[in-house]
Amino acid sequence: MTALPSGLSWLEASARQRLAALLDPGSFAEFIGPEQRERSPHLRLFDLPEQFDDGMIVGRATLCRTPVLVAAQEGRFMGGAFGEVHGAKLTGLLRAATLLGRDVLILFDTGGVRLQEANAGELAISEIMRAIVDLRRAGNRVIGLIGGRAGCYGGGGLIAGCCSALIVSEQGRISVSGPEVIETNKGVEEFDSRDRALVWRTMGGKHRYLIGGADGYVADDPAAFRAATQSALGRSPGLDLSMLHAEHQRLTRRLARFGNARDGTDVWSTLGIADPDAIPGLADDDFRHLADACREVADDAR
Amino acid sequence: MTLADILTSLFPMGHVAEERDGLIFGRGTLPGGDPIQILGVVDQTALGVEGALALAGRVLEIAASADSDPILVVIDSASQRMSRRDELLGLSEYLAHLAKALLLAETSGHRTIGLLYGGSAAGAFIATALSTGMLAALPGAHPAVMDLASMARVTKLPIEVLTAKAETTPVFAPGLDNLAKTGAIHAIWDPARPLSDQLAELLASPAGDDCRAQLGLDRGGRPKAAAISARVIAEARRG
Repeated sequence: MTALPSGLSWLEASARQRLAALLDPGSFAEFIGPEQRERSPHLRLFDLPEQFDDGMIVGRATLCRTPVLVAAQEGRFMGGAFGEVHGAKLTGLLRAATLLGRDVLILFDTGGVRLQEANAGELAISEIMRAIVDLRRAGNRVIGLIGGRAGCYGGGGLIAGCCSALIVSEQGRISVSGPEVIETNKGVEEFDSRDRALVWRTMGGKHRYLIGGADGYVADDPAAFRAATQSALGRSPGLDLSMLHAEHQRLTRRLARFGNARDGTDVWSTLGIADPDAIPGLADDDFRHLADACREVADDAR
Repeated sequence: MTLADILTSLFPMGHVAEERDGLIFGRGTLPGGDPIQILGVVDQTALGVEGALALAGRVLEIAASADSDPILVVIDSASQRMSRRDELLGLSEYLAHLAKALLLAETSGHRTIGLLYGGSAAGAFIATALSTGMLAALPGAHPAVMDLASMARVTKLPIEVLTAKAETTPVFAPGLDNLAKTGAIHAIWDPARPLSDQLAELLASPAGDDCRAQLGLDRGGRPKAAAISARVIAEARRG
């Protein structure tokens, strides 16, 4: 599916710009909008600036006339990190979706837990994961869109792992421990966080799409995210024991197949890609064409 | 208390357990004679892709069985294993898989009780202890999202300043009491009483919806979470 480019970069856009470009024009209605000034009660302790939406925007909208609930993280505020209010807005949205029988879109852009309110943020992530499981058990989808500047790190990566479908762009990164965290704890020999090419090969969107860590790969463009989201809204929503058994087999197979790989290029070579070194430089359409012929897929096993 | 002491106090009628690669798998007998499944992370082990997959596999076996044995998840872990290889393989999916398995076991009729008796941190904590239906802890347990020294590096605040702030606010500082105030921990057990009685009390209380935000409000550790979630739900239903 090819969408007309909108001229706006998803990576560069703000959370509100992404929502405006992704959803049907004029359809978005925000819950607890910035006019209500629900700020973090904890940041003032650290003399840090607050934001009236705490970096999380939630509301209702339609996408191609399908009603959805939607959440977007603002990566420019505190790195999109999960704090008490930020997380509670998403928890509430997911629980509302279960009551209303709605699918949910999450526009991730996060470094993980906000350390200044670490305990509240960590717990919020667990509450969000549980709310996603409840929503999916009720037969609704949760679709994650990942292509923001902050990536999808830490607890954000675990939340993404609970979604029914993930859509990534090349710039989208999904990981638990970020490069800086690994380097700080294990040394530069384990991970040189300044080696940007290594970061992309290890946790970037192309690698995740190739190993079945994401279901859709799109250009850095809201129109492409919109088309892929519409397609993902047609996927099977279910989360039950048979799906988890299928996921178990999928993750067991991944470990057996790629467990000895030292680099992304080893993984891609095992997939049968003749010139793995060329992958990072491929244009989006060429990459998708190549990847779709050999990649691992997660259909009904996520 | 050592893990051996803990298991002896939990299961006076006996238990069997096997440890391998920093994980534990076993089975105990409850005072009424009913079985309870045991699994978890021991010896401050960092949870990587293999460990998360092995634990999830056992949880799925239990969940698929015809009985309704409860599951006790014992935890003394480090954080998630921080390595290039784990992230290359998609550790986030393996940890989320374990969390989903525990959450689904609970809804399939197997009560899940976490027991934090040592350390735990970050993604490993979320995928194990925080994914159980009810979480108990023993005094001396020391959960942390991140230690204060690392936090000082990331926040660029002197450790003396962080240590001082930690005394006045539970919301960011490591430690069992701070985490309990946010509502993450249902009960801190008394090691002077038989743990079997305290486990029986938790198993006797009804499994229910996620009430941790309300606990955090009642204990003063999370002043806003419960109300914010409730208001989002109210605004969503109004439309």
